[in-house]
Amino acid sequence: MRDLSMHILDIVGNSVRAKSTEVKIILMEDMDYDILSLRIEDNGCGMSEATIKKAMDPFFTSRKTRKVGLGIPLLQQNAELTNGGITIESEIGKGTQLTAVFVRSHIDRPPLGDIADTIALIISGNPNVNIIYSHSFNDEKYILTTKEIINSLENVSISHPKINQFIKQMIEENLELIGVEL
Amino acid sequence: MAKVKTLEDLKRMRESLQSELSLRENSDTPEKLVQIKVSMATCGIASGAKETMSFIMEELYRRKIDAVVTQTGCMGYCHSEPTIEVQLPGADPVVYGNVKKERAQLIIDQHIIAGKLVDGIIPGIYSTPDNK
Repeated sequence: MRDLSMHILDIVGNSVRAKSTEVKIILMEDMDYDILSLRIEDNGCGMSEATIKKAMDPFFTSRKTRKVGLGIPLLQQNAELTNGGITIESEIGKGTQLTAVFVRSHIDRPPLGDIADTIALIISGNPNVNIIYSHSFNDEKYILTTKEIINSLENVSISHPKINQFIKQMIEENLELIGVEL
Repeated sequence: MAKVKTLEDLKRMRESLQSELSLRENSDTPEKLVQIKVSMATCGIASGAKETMSFIMEELYRRKIDAVVTQTGCMGYCHSEPTIEVQLPGADPVVYGNVKKERAQLIIDQHIIAGKLVDGIIPGIYSTPDNK
């Protein structure tokens, strides 16, 4: 995983596989506290206490197509390299919340990566999941949801390449507006 | 500073896109469009599935091909990531492995546009006369 965008794409994949109908991606950057936090909340099937512990183990996965599960361990490693860390809270049947905290200015903090492209791909690529993307930079905030996009689209598919390009550009411009370094 | 795009702009774009799409028949039923699924689990992402998906989106956009591009999980072919599944209307889905930009380009040019299969197919999920 070269950047945070890829981690987001990866972790959201877990939420989607857990049959979530709504996934929140909350990015917060705060220059004063020198923190970058990533929080992903879903309303999927959730995990038991024991499974949460196992989720951090690279040799645990709930899928049957392969034997390793590196998504969460890789994110954990990257967060810990910056003196940050991750926490996972979950309740069976209710959903899961994962928070990763990074020291923003730390030399080992992965770059944000192409966040606009990534969020646009997540939104277009998972048309049946309501994605709520919130990105705050100091006191400024930008929020975009699948629902409001679909409301503006009527019967045109959100997975159409032209719509995907539009969403990407819209996110890019709005993030620039609130001061996010792209 | 240039005006920032909003959902209002999206609505306007939708109207022009709608008329564009309705000129070509069958556009509002996804099963009649080309469907592409990109495998997007840890293995795929680490191998560049995001770049592949972005490239496919951009290329389809550039060439004005109506398609539905979505994500899927790990299909179990971690050795051949990035993998994509292509389904032309009315045909069986085909899974391609090691789809970097060059192969994605070939798949769009030859499979999606011309209907010819390209190198790199992962066999295994297809029905044969024996297992039908």
